Amino acid sequence: MPQLAHWSRPATAELAGVVADPPARHRRSGRRLYRLVGARLAQAVFVLWAAITVTFVAVHAMPGDTVSLLLGENRDDPVLRAATIARWGLDQPAWAQYLIYLRRIPSGDLGTSYSLRQPVAELIAQSMVPTFQLAAAGLVAAVVIGFVVAYATTGRLPLLRPAANTLEIVFLSAPPFWLAIVLLAVFSFKLGWFSVIDYRSAAGLVLPAAAIALPMGFYLAQVLRDGIDRALEQPFALTARARGLSWAGVRRRHALRHASLPAITLIGLIAGGLLGGAVICETVFARPGLGQIAVAAVMVKDIPLILGIALVSTFAYIAASTTADLAALILDPRLRAGAKA
Amino acid sequence: MTTVALPAAGSTRLGRLIVTARRFRWSVLLAGVVIGVALVAAVWPGLLTDVDPLQANPLESNAAPSAQHLAGTDIQGRDLLARIIYGARYSLVIGLGAVLVSVTLGTLLGLAAGAGPRWLDQTICRAIDILCAFPGVLLALVFIAFTGPGAPNLVVALGLGGIPGFARVIRTQALVARTSDYVEQAATYALPGWRITLRHVLPNALGPVPILATLGLGSAIVGSSGLSFLGLGPQPPTAEWGLMLSDSRNYLRVAPWTGVFPGVALTAVVIAATVLGRHWQRRYERRH
Repeated sequence: MPQLAHWSRPATAELAGVVADPPARHRRSGRRLYRLVGARLAQAVFVLWAAITVTFVAVHAMPGDTVSLLLGENRDDPVLRAATIARWGLDQPAWAQYLIYLRRIPSGDLGTSYSLRQPVAELIAQSMVPTFQLAAAGLVAAVVIGFVVAYATTGRLPLLRPAANTLEIVFLSAPPFWLAIVLLAVFSFKLGWFSVIDYRSAAGLVLPAAAIALPMGFYLAQVLRDGIDRALEQPFALTARARGLSWAGVRRRHALRHASLPAITLIGLIAGGLLGGAVICETVFARPGLGQIAVAAVMVKDIPLILGIALVSTFAYIAASTTADLAALILDPRLRAGAKA
Repeated sequence: MTTVALPAAGSTRLGRLIVTARRFRWSVLLAGVVIGVALVAAVWPGLLTDVDPLQANPLESNAAPSAQHLAGTDIQGRDLLARIIYGARYSLVIGLGAVLVSVTLGTLLGLAAGAGPRWLDQTICRAIDILCAFPGVLLALVFIAFTGPGAPNLVVALGLGGIPGFARVIRTQALVARTSDYVEQAATYALPGWRITLRHVLPNALGPVPILATLGLGSAIVGSSGLSFLGLGPQPPTAEWGLMLSDSRNYLRVAPWTGVFPGVALTAVVIAATVLGRHWQRRYERRH
């Protein structure tokens, strides 16, 4: 069968191939584990370096004067011009500029936002808090939804599965910001359950987190359910049944564990993408956070700020997906045996 | 989209007839109709409505759905249904354009990686890994920050995010095609490498592309409406679904329909594209 990347589950198609590989000898898997972990970490560092380099190239490949690009509306201020030239080393040759940039970014110096007249790192650190709360609440809710829906729909209750299938396709197809608008219209304006204004309280977090968690949760449920179905077809499921374990017991104690592995990778990807996904959600609910400053930065072409946000989100994405991959490697010996370093 | 299993079908003549009838998928037909209507609305919106989507009428501001305005009106008294019909054009054109960008660049990269030398394969694979590390929305935001808002930039910004998916599939397909008998046969005729690649590898690698493109159309349309929603696409008073939803936020209390119907249209088109794509995918997998 040709490898068809499914639009909504890019990670699992590949992973399924890896998981299906037959377990090889486990004796030497200890040393192999270190090598695989090392390789994965090296890959993460490489991608991070590449992302930084891409932003550098993007700034310098733009037509026109780099100083003006970085300064935006303040391009005529001589003091700021001099400061920018000094900080980016723009009076030096390109390779020296690159080295300066490469040294600056990892030390947390992301430049200055001239539209807000504040260091980019400071701005991001401030906005990070509400965004992180939203992302964390959304992720937890998504994982809960995913496991509950997957477990409920692999049982033998008729109608649950088609109902979940329909919900899945709706939640995965509906634009997230529309979902947020509908939640807002129903639960906030119609029923008056949650205030829209107090974004600081826990109640104000419910609707935005739900808007993020519903699509992610059903996506996760889809992957988990495929995993459970596959695991139940394996001989060990039959053996467990023959030992007298109940159908629910097999699903809970055996199949769910097997299905969790692809889910871990997926949760890593979801967690990494949450910061980006929060952008639109924050706009709908008028919550302060990274999303709001990102959109504002794009509007006024505040290049240092938008690049800073992109780098921080990329870093979060790489950190989350690397952690998930490492967790999967440590939890499942089959990956170590099957994977090609 | 799913059918509930009925007992004892197929045992009688009538039963067999029912089975044949059930195998016919209503969901696929419905999806085709939705896409068809959206295409008509995009090409020739005047055929579906004779109301001007930009005609404001302050006397009928935020009117609820009625016989005269089936989907109600917005704050300026513009007919919502007409605006939704005219809005199909932007969503479909931007979505299709973005998919076209992804397919073209993805095919080029995937073919070069799959059929080219090993170092090129390695380079392209790493480059695609890097592209994947930028979350989709942010990639588009950064691109628009550099190039400015507007529909053409939106198309490229969204298209960039779709490249990795296509490139990876084409690469895998090209690798399979390269080791096939017909390519080895062509090599024995001493055809130059680039000719084998173009004449034999490429056509055989393209198989799943229409399916992926249909599936990708859905996410491209969601992405385009999302960026318009943020104010980075077509500007007011254009009738565009994302823009209409963005306007609706301030009037959700008095006119919730302005926030519901454009989203229903959007979701219906995306679901239809997904259903059609999955249907083709199943058929393709059954054949191979």
